[in-house]
Amino acid sequence: MVAGEEKGLVLLDFWVSPFAQRCRIALAEKGLACESVEQELLGEKGELLLRSNPVHKKVPVLLHAGHAVCESLVILEYIEDAFPEATPRLLPTDPLARAHARFWADYVDKTVYVIGTRLWKLKGEGRAAARAEMLETLRTLEAELGGKAFFGGEEFGFVDVALIPLTSWFYSYEKHGEFSVQEEFPRLAEWARRCGERETVAKILTKPEDVLDFIGVLKKCYGIVE
Amino acid sequence: MHVSYSSWFKHLVSLSDSLTHMVVTVAKTLTRSHRELSWREIYTLSPAQGGDKLAYRNRAGSAEPRMSETVKLIGIFSSPLVHRAEVALRLKGVPYEFIEEDLSNKSELLLQHNPIHKKVPVLLHGDRRPAICESLVIVQYVDEAFVQGPALLPADPHARATARFWARFIDEKCWRSAWMALWAEDGEARETAAREAKANLTLLETQLQGKRFFGGDRVGFLDVAAGGIAHWLGVFEEIAGVRLLGDDEHPALCRWASDYTADEAVRPCLPDREALLAAMATKKERYVSIARAMTRKRM
Repeated sequence: MVAGEEKGLVLLDFWVSPFAQRCRIALAEKGLACESVEQELLGEKGELLLRSNPVHKKVPVLLHAGHAVCESLVILEYIEDAFPEATPRLLPTDPLARAHARFWADYVDKTVYVIGTRLWKLKGEGRAAARAEMLETLRTLEAELGGKAFFGGEEFGFVDVALIPLTSWFYSYEKHGEFSVQEEFPRLAEWARRCGERETVAKILTKPEDVLDFIGVLKKCYGIVE
Repeated sequence: MHVSYSSWFKHLVSLSDSLTHMVVTVAKTLTRSHRELSWREIYTLSPAQGGDKLAYRNRAGSAEPRMSETVKLIGIFSSPLVHRAEVALRLKGVPYEFIEEDLSNKSELLLQHNPIHKKVPVLLHGDRRPAICESLVIVQYVDEAFVQGPALLPADPHARATARFWARFIDEKCWRSAWMALWAEDGEARETAAREAKANLTLLETQLQGKRFFGGDRVGFLDVAAGGIAHWLGVFEEIAGVRLLGDDEHPALCRWASDYTADEAVRPCLPDREALLAAMATKKERYVSIARAMTRKRM
């Protein structure tokens, strides 16, 4: 048994996982102490991970009060529900605002990482198609952000938490897609900088160069030669 | 098409205020094979469902009646995703207007209110904007915005997380593998996907754990999310000539499908099976091309 498993919060983690980082940021923002346990993902997966997430065998998994919660956005909602007194609230109280937060977090989930993966994995036509989709996605997010400080308005919230860890991967996407977020999506770039000023985000996000190195490792695993 | 039924509706509500017996009027004259936009498209509440105290409260607790807040659902009769939104409204006893969309010729209304995905369902609640899109987001919105009627999600945080997890599983794993099993062009890919699809249905089945519904004694969030499996999957299977969900391999899930489709709130939201079969059989080529695109994009 991992120390702290029955008492408090344990997160099955992987250093570069933007999905695990969503959870760590949410917990840190709320001042909820959590033990992060690094998992072996590229090699043989550990018994605790396989037992806690038998369906997907992925991180993040949040262990709390004898239960396992899987899927990062499900974990974010769980944290809101299970610790109602922990502030700041990441989801607003108004049902309509909550619906929009969920819609945009879902949009981020269906787009950025999936398209980004095709961007570095594929070449030629495949990469070109992924590039077009990525630009379209970032354009949509830029428009949705508009002139607001954060996606939900004045306060750092659910959608910001969902997207900010993926900004570490922008550098790699820019390199593979040959575009610049700063030039084409200045509001998004400014928003990323603003979020990066938060102690939690600054501490938890992977450095963009390290993400690029990691993608290099993955390419070797997949036998992809650039 | 503009529908002004609000004064009729207010009159009906004031009648039920002074009556003590049941006023249940399902004033719909639609046939099962298609829905028409009609002023009659109103689902009225009985007093047992809180119809005598019709008041839409927001979560902050203000009891301001909002009779004029028309709820409109843009959808198509044949979509299992639209079904989710509609069942949620029914379960919560929310009167709504169904606007049938033509996806081959998308309306300004749809494009205006779902510019990102341009898909159905879309929920319009009074003049609250932007509209709400994505079926499970709509279901959760209905659960939270309308406090009358039973809660769709359980109260316990872990139970809520479990329901959300398995709803995602249905969309990301069950339907994806089922779709490939039904429509992938390569025979071997279809067979592999079929094994995966059946295994995914078995996994989902374990969540029933001897209960009548995923939600317990009553239909809940996960039942609504799984509605497509209960009524649509069999139709797809018939068109494709593939069997995925079966009594032999998934007895509990089959029993659940039968109970779900028989539920009194669910049944009016289910399109006639024959009409569904006829409508979907003509779209086989489209389904195959969706499977092709999924194969290309799968990493």
